Amino acid sequence: MGVRARPDTPAVLKRRRVRIFDREAPLGYVLLVPTLVVLGVFLLYPFLFGIWLSITDSELGALGNFIGLGNYRFEWRNTDGVFYTALVNTFLYTGVTTIFKFSLGLAMALLLNQVIPFRRFVRAALLLPYIIPTVLSYEAWRWMFDPTFSVVNWLLVHTHLAAYPGPNWLGVPANAMAALMIVNVWRGTPFYAIAFLAGMQVIPVDLYEAARVDGATRWQQFTNITLPMLRPVLLVVLLLSTILTFADFQGPFVLTNGAPYNSTQLLSIWAYQWGIPGGAIGLGAAISLVLFPLLTIVVAGVLFLLRRPE
Amino acid sequence: MAAPAIKFAKPRTGRVIGDSLLGRTIRIYIPLLVLLVVTLFPFYWMAVTSFKSASELFDFSVSPLWVREPTLDWYRHLFTETNFPRWAFNTAVVATVSTLISLFCSILAGYSLARLRYRGADTIGWGIFVTYLVPPTLLFLPLTFVIRELHLFNNLWALILTYPTFLIPFCTWMLMGFFKGIPRELEEAALVDGATRMQAMLRIAIPLALPGILAAGLFAFTLSWNEFLYALIFMNDSLVKTIPVGVTQELIHGDEFFWGELMAAALLGSVPVAVLYSFFVDYFVAGMTAGAVKG
Repeated sequence: MGVRARPDTPAVLKRRRVRIFDREAPLGYVLLVPTLVVLGVFLLYPFLFGIWLSITDSELGALGNFIGLGNYRFEWRNTDGVFYTALVNTFLYTGVTTIFKFSLGLAMALLLNQVIPFRRFVRAALLLPYIIPTVLSYEAWRWMFDPTFSVVNWLLVHTHLAAYPGPNWLGVPANAMAALMIVNVWRGTPFYAIAFLAGMQVIPVDLYEAARVDGATRWQQFTNITLPMLRPVLLVVLLLSTILTFADFQGPFVLTNGAPYNSTQLLSIWAYQWGIPGGAIGLGAAISLVLFPLLTIVVAGVLFLLRRPE
Repeated sequence: MAAPAIKFAKPRTGRVIGDSLLGRTIRIYIPLLVLLVVTLFPFYWMAVTSFKSASELFDFSVSPLWVREPTLDWYRHLFTETNFPRWAFNTAVVATVSTLISLFCSILAGYSLARLRYRGADTIGWGIFVTYLVPPTLLFLPLTFVIRELHLFNNLWALILTYPTFLIPFCTWMLMGFFKGIPRELEEAALVDGATRMQAMLRIAIPLALPGILAAGLFAFTLSWNEFLYALIFMNDSLVKTIPVGVTQELIHGDEFFWGELMAAALLGSVPVAVLYSFFVDYFVAGMTAGAVKG
């Protein structure tokens, strides 16, 4: 850590050059430059540009003319017959999967917080769905839900949980939506579990010991110690996961891509289908921008809950 | 929590039963086993499928859960008849370079936001967090114009430059936590000894934050390895595709699914991340939860 003295430079000069970066403010701003440049060019600018696109009739590769709220009106009147399905599905998909991921994640974290054999291995294995490229594991699920050679159905039939030939997973609207949710829960739960587990491990053990001496049951310990202490973690995880699920694209795109008959359409996929294969970038941008106010409301709500204790 | 061996007060409820081997089996081991099976089955199925011959693949008259005559045909086909090796190379290049760029940016930004006092630091910190609100789904359509202006379609740089938009916010947020954990006194001692602010950062804070930097880097690498949407839109030429895009777009011929080959590719595409992850699980978990626990 030695600081090289430079005896050959005049003392005054040396001090002045050093001083600029010795004051915290200039250095602070300078260090932010690379980040702000990247985020400005590839995030802020496209975002603002996207708002502009949504009020034009732009097409792939050609900027269009200003058409006011035409694209939004197109959605609002449900001209394509799918927008409302996509909107409702997005909420349904986010809501249902979040409830399952939250409760299963909490259960998984409680299990992992026990003294169990091969704990490191078990923890690593349970986190795997979250690590493996989503698109690739979703391809495996698509094969597991194959209309004729579904191994899921083979297992269901052979354990007598379903009558032969078993449900047509991806071909029937309600089943396809259920399949989409099942796989999302499968992939998302580990994130909840590991985050909750990390939160549980910093809860002081004394609290539990004191409660035990006072004769608290396991359930009482959970509701009166674990849950309140975990609150900030629960909310932050909920926040991040809701945002990601709301805007989820790759999994649903691979598994159903809106099929059958647009019944599993989500806003993200619908925006892609209009914008890229359909070429109507302006309309696509308008569809995806509907997500933004919705996300803002969700995030504001969670942040409000997060702040309340102070 | 460990089951305590000594009990001071006899509890009122059935905790004794809950702590017996039978109790623990019902309460812990069985649910855990179910979770493990459900979690791991798709990977098992991926592996089993990739070693099955074409005829065995669609033979459900006997248990499909085993392979009777394992074959490496799908793997051979994948390497000789498709661009899979090229996709793997592209994915590795994109993931590595975009991770390095993101780390460079977020180490500096994280240090600045966590350590230095200046006007607007809090606001900028929140601003970076709020970028979570703008997921790729919202950006990909306008980004096509940006990429076109820069003449980067079918160029790996399109991905290398756009991935940091979702990597930097996460890494910065995470590294802020790590920098805050390093005692200020260490840096102040160096400053008293005549080091400049810059030297204090480079020689003290950054080396001490190395575990955090490693965690952020691993996380960023995995995220870019897995990215799909931007790669799907910006890369149309087969030779510049990444694994997720190549596998989903090119191994399906019309309506025909070559599941053996598809699963072989899925397995191989998952192995690098899985190996990396198995070596650094703890860093990984630290990274993943840093945002959640400290945020």
